[in-house]
Amino acid sequence: MSQPKLTIDNVSMVFNTNGQEFVALAPVNLDVPAGRFISLIGPSGCGKSTLFNVIAGLQAPTEGRVLIDGQDATGLIGQVGYMLQKDLLLPWRTVLDNVILGMEIRGVPTKEARDRAMPMLQRYGLAGFEHAFPSSLSGGMRQRAALLRTLLIDMDVILLDEPFGALDAQTKAKMQEWLLTLFSDFGRTVIFVTHDVEEAIFLSDDVYVMASRPGRVIDKMPVDLPRPRDRAIVSTPRFVAMKKYCLDLLHGAAVPEAA
Amino acid sequence: MTTRTTTLPGLNVGQAATGSTKPMRRVKRRLPVQRLWPTWAIVATQFGILAVFVALWEMGADVGIVDPFFWSRPSLIWTTMIEFFSQGNAFVDIAYTFRSTILGFIIGTSAGALLGLSFWWSRNYALIMQPYIICLESIPKLALAPLIILVFGMGLASKVAIATALTLIVSTLTAYSGVQSVDKDQEKLFYSLGASRWQIFTKLVVPSCIPWIISILRVNIGLALTGSIVGEFVASQHGLGRTILYAGSTYEISLVWVAVLVLSALSVVMYAGVTWLERILRKGVVR
Repeated sequence: MSQPKLTIDNVSMVFNTNGQEFVALAPVNLDVPAGRFISLIGPSGCGKSTLFNVIAGLQAPTEGRVLIDGQDATGLIGQVGYMLQKDLLLPWRTVLDNVILGMEIRGVPTKEARDRAMPMLQRYGLAGFEHAFPSSLSGGMRQRAALLRTLLIDMDVILLDEPFGALDAQTKAKMQEWLLTLFSDFGRTVIFVTHDVEEAIFLSDDVYVMASRPGRVIDKMPVDLPRPRDRAIVSTPRFVAMKKYCLDLLHGAAVPEAA
Repeated sequence: MTTRTTTLPGLNVGQAATGSTKPMRRVKRRLPVQRLWPTWAIVATQFGILAVFVALWEMGADVGIVDPFFWSRPSLIWTTMIEFFSQGNAFVDIAYTFRSTILGFIIGTSAGALLGLSFWWSRNYALIMQPYIICLESIPKLALAPLIILVFGMGLASKVAIATALTLIVSTLTAYSGVQSVDKDQEKLFYSLGASRWQIFTKLVVPSCIPWIISILRVNIGLALTGSIVGEFVASQHGLGRTILYAGSTYEISLVWVAVLVLSALSVVMYAGVTWLERILRKGVVR
């Protein structure tokens, strides 16, 4: 097999608070092939955010390495696109100028960055809002802008931390389909964190189930459903079976196991 | 047809709630609505109150309820005002006070804001500086006026220095509060995009702090004016503060009032200036 796009090599995270050791992340190993969409699901405190911070270089792991294309990227920032839970759009910038923030930071001249972003905004559902300020946008629109900002920095690996967590069910469904369109258009490698099992299965090629105390990956479930996927897929027996499997794992994981 | 009502044991809510206690009073009350007067009526009333006040003062002085020796009277203030403006000195004094106020305002506000923003760069530096800033804040700066006059002399410099001393620390503290309230997640986003410290400073910290800096501007106009006036009280050859001190010591109470009125007008003008400045600063930071 060819080289994985992203490798999490034995990454662990231990915090020391007044002599007390807290294992936020037991050694985690992941290989993500290029162009794959994987999801991490798990209860709160299973170390999903810690793992994301480590991949994004915002936290140094206690042990282990992060490899991107086989290159050591541990502790390096700006190597992946990272979209946090909140949209974090700057209120004093227009949507267009928010979207180009990443390019701007990478030294792309403002005019060129705007020219590049403009067609994207128009194609991906923000037409007519280019010069609006974020405060006048709906939650779904804001997430779109935030995701485009992440995509436009041309990083192969994209981390999405519960991007649709705060949206209502209908908007969420629409955004998921929108995300799948982007995924097939851009062909990036996506790592998606969510609490929503259905969302994880609907979007992903692989679902990783995590458990807490200590945070760790307990299972990998391949989702062998054909793409493009239609919303109707969620009520097929195959889908329902996968959902049940994940939920059982999660509920098992939520209860502390007997030693 | 009969409707059957099932009474669940222990769930007799209505009875349990009212039971033996007195029934609650029913409230029948409309939402209070206040009708706003039209603007002209508000303004007319405002002028009316002023007119009545001035008239009462004038009449009180006629009748002898208000002692014009201590309080002067509107008619006298008016003639003094005309006299004051007909001699050339008036504008020299106004310009003098205006200049020291504006200079103190600009130096104090911008130096303070820069100092406050600089604390973002290093937390160690901020922690080391903190006690000094708090000490300086707690000193009654006006108490230092005589010292400042000794160091900077009788001229404009000492007035500017006092106005600066009054505005600088407040500006520093406010800008520092702004720095501390910069969204940590926002910072995280910038880092995840690969930003440098300088990029975060210029693209995130400074714009986030602009509303805080705007909030200091208004306060500082008043403080800078106070600083200049007190400086002139202590030692000066020009300025409205000196005029007030001089008029007070020679019992020319109407001149005191004239100077105070001119000072108020001055601060209104500066307020208008600040409002304009706010608009420019806010242009980039509309929500």
